[in-house]
Amino acid sequence: MPAVENTVLICAGGACISAGEKSVKEVFEDTLKKYSLETVVRVVETGCMGACDLGPILVIYPEGVFYQKVNAENAAQIVEEHILKGRVVERLLYKGDTGELKTKPQEELPFFTEQVKIATRNLGVIDPLSIDEYIARDGYFALHKALFEIGPEKVLETLKKSELKGRGGAGFPTWMKWDFTRKAQGDTKYIICNADEGDPGAFMDRAVLEGDPHTIVEAMTIAAYTVGAQKGFVYVRAEYPLAIERLTFAMEKAREYGLLGNNILGTDFSFDLEIRIGAGAFVCGEETALINSIEGKRGIPRVKPPFPANKGLWGKPTLLNNVETYANIPPIIINGGEWFSQYGVEGSKGTKVFALAGNVKNTGLVEVPMGITVRKLIYDIGGGIPGGKRLKSIQTGGPSGGCIPLEHLDTPITYDNLKKLGTIVGSGGMVVMDEDSCMVDVAKYFLEFTVEESCGQCTPCRDGTRRMLEILERITEGEGTMEDLDLLKELGENIMATSLCGLGQTAPQPVLSTMRYFWHEYEAHVLEKKCPAKRCKPLMRVVIDKDKCVGCTACARVCPVNAISGAVRKPHEIDPEICTRCGSCLAVCRFNAISKVSP
Amino acid sequence: MSADSIRETVTKIYEDINSQSLEKGDVLINTLHAIQDHYGNFIPIEAAEVLKELTGTPLSKIYEVLTFYTMFSTHRRGKYVIRICKSLPCHVTGGQEVVDALKNSLEISFGETTGDGLFTLEETSCLGLCGVSPVMMINDEAYGNLTKERVSEIIDSIVSRERGE
Repeated sequence: MPAVENTVLICAGGACISAGEKSVKEVFEDTLKKYSLETVVRVVETGCMGACDLGPILVIYPEGVFYQKVNAENAAQIVEEHILKGRVVERLLYKGDTGELKTKPQEELPFFTEQVKIATRNLGVIDPLSIDEYIARDGYFALHKALFEIGPEKVLETLKKSELKGRGGAGFPTWMKWDFTRKAQGDTKYIICNADEGDPGAFMDRAVLEGDPHTIVEAMTIAAYTVGAQKGFVYVRAEYPLAIERLTFAMEKAREYGLLGNNILGTDFSFDLEIRIGAGAFVCGEETALINSIEGKRGIPRVKPPFPANKGLWGKPTLLNNVETYANIPPIIINGGEWFSQYGVEGSKGTKVFALAGNVKNTGLVEVPMGITVRKLIYDIGGGIPGGKRLKSIQTGGPSGGCIPLEHLDTPITYDNLKKLGTIVGSGGMVVMDEDSCMVDVAKYFLEFTVEESCGQCTPCRDGTRRMLEILERITEGEGTMEDLDLLKELGENIMATSLCGLGQTAPQPVLSTMRYFWHEYEAHVLEKKCPAKRCKPLMRVVIDKDKCVGCTACARVCPVNAISGAVRKPHEIDPEICTRCGSCLAVCRFNAISKVSP
Repeated sequence: MSADSIRETVTKIYEDINSQSLEKGDVLINTLHAIQDHYGNFIPIEAAEVLKELTGTPLSKIYEVLTFYTMFSTHRRGKYVIRICKSLPCHVTGGQEVVDALKNSLEISFGETTGDGLFTLEETSCLGLCGVSPVMMINDEAYGNLTKERVSEIIDSIVSRERGE
């Protein structure tokens, strides 16, 4: 067999696949065959490389040349030019701000170089379907160490020293959860992995499951050994079919290698895993609702206490952690607790994966030490705001969180700091919003979400959030009063104080947080009947500037409701009664004659 | 689709899943997923009756689960279920325009199915592909970086593929 000359890594994370990775790979491989190169060029599909906005991504080794935004049309060219002739295809390289070409942005851009990858150490590096590649990157070494060298007590001690906290949102010390479950009475215990990632804007769990499924299998096995459990469940949302597929495959391989199932690594310790699939209910991310769902019931939360550590799945002691939390465990066991806690700051140790989404240049996943400032995360790593727009705020923690306004950009991201600002670190989703976002609209948007996802069990959440939404609808339609604003605040505080579970207890956060920082926007909607961001349709109009319009008819042709009239080469006009404010005309006008106004 | 064939199918699915399960506890949700996959995007209501007998779970409990989760449907849906993400990251990157384009090109609204039985349009919460928003899923396949134009291309290609067969 000829020696492999090139290894080509293609990012097969969910985002790159949805941007067309499959057809890129197909064309690439077909072209290799055409030139009989398939034996000397090895093509590997990896997990998420993190830089979603550049996808589909393809990196060619040994040189490490990074091709971005590859598609089915130009994939063949990479084979014909780069592989065959040794010439870099310049037009597919990353271009810097001033247009300079970067062959290896992964070694230059802050987006890549500022990262410290612990939970995401294997993403984009290994083939998620290869257990051997996982093992080659120290995979299952931590399990071996736990079983043969240090034992359960030392595992707990290591976790305690690492100061790892739950990465799913609540930020509870992980070692304590493990310790509670270990000490709980009972012979039958369960381990659960919460992979019901639902916070809008967070996608690190998806990336870990798809890109490094063995880390979850290994970490859960270590957890089972430590607390004395025999069986485990991974609860994955049905929206993540690829994650389910790769995890299932990883579990089979692990069983084959004697790393899962009976007599793991030849010891008396046996543990096995099963996947349970969600069915589209956000509330199942709440641990007791998730447990109900695994039991085959409606996903409604239980009253706590008792906590799952004592009375969880089928009434037995149950340890529940989220995906990212588990992904940190194997490296912590191998390298020690102090190694992990050298990163981060007091009270928030280690690294955290953040998902950058919304109006930010570099979207995707980044893992950085806790304590990084918001500004550094958004501007240095995220590359700032695209399209010359100005940043308005950053929404963190999804529907349970709040927003960070401009004046707090220099805040170091820690659990405590964000709490003081009225938001949470949550699962690490950062939705960046530019000046075109209306903060009242954003608050309304989250409330629509909560109303839809409330399980309906307790009154404050079921009815309270609906009343809040009605008020927000009134405000965004220009029908709101100042009393409405008082009521909104009062209602929000009551819902937070009286709801049964985390969903209701945090649901009003996006409203209260935007009221705290963007009070003037609420006032403008209520007092002046104006939407400053010109986003709320009832409070804005689309108009044509008669002086700028040349009568090209482009807008009239694109208008889906025929609201635009005017003769050729004469200024056009929009009938506000018919216009749906869809903005189609704005996009096609080449003379900047059309604009949104909020009267 | 006779009552007997549903009984036979549901029984087989249930037994398969139950035998593979680690714990003899409830496998209702996994079973419902498999039944839905088998019938193509919906669960015939008669299946609940069969499950009642197989599991001994009261019918009310089965309905409870069947109607609680948004991904289960007791109504026949299109061959392709389109789930468009309605979460904030998609919203702030032009999601509404994509939603409008989908509604226009399919001539249906959320929860409806096209006359030819091909497409059902649904909304979903975050699909976790925010890096390439706006995003939608068609059955198990995800599509990112959506624009009005890309939506039309995707729909057109499915329609022409279906007509070609």
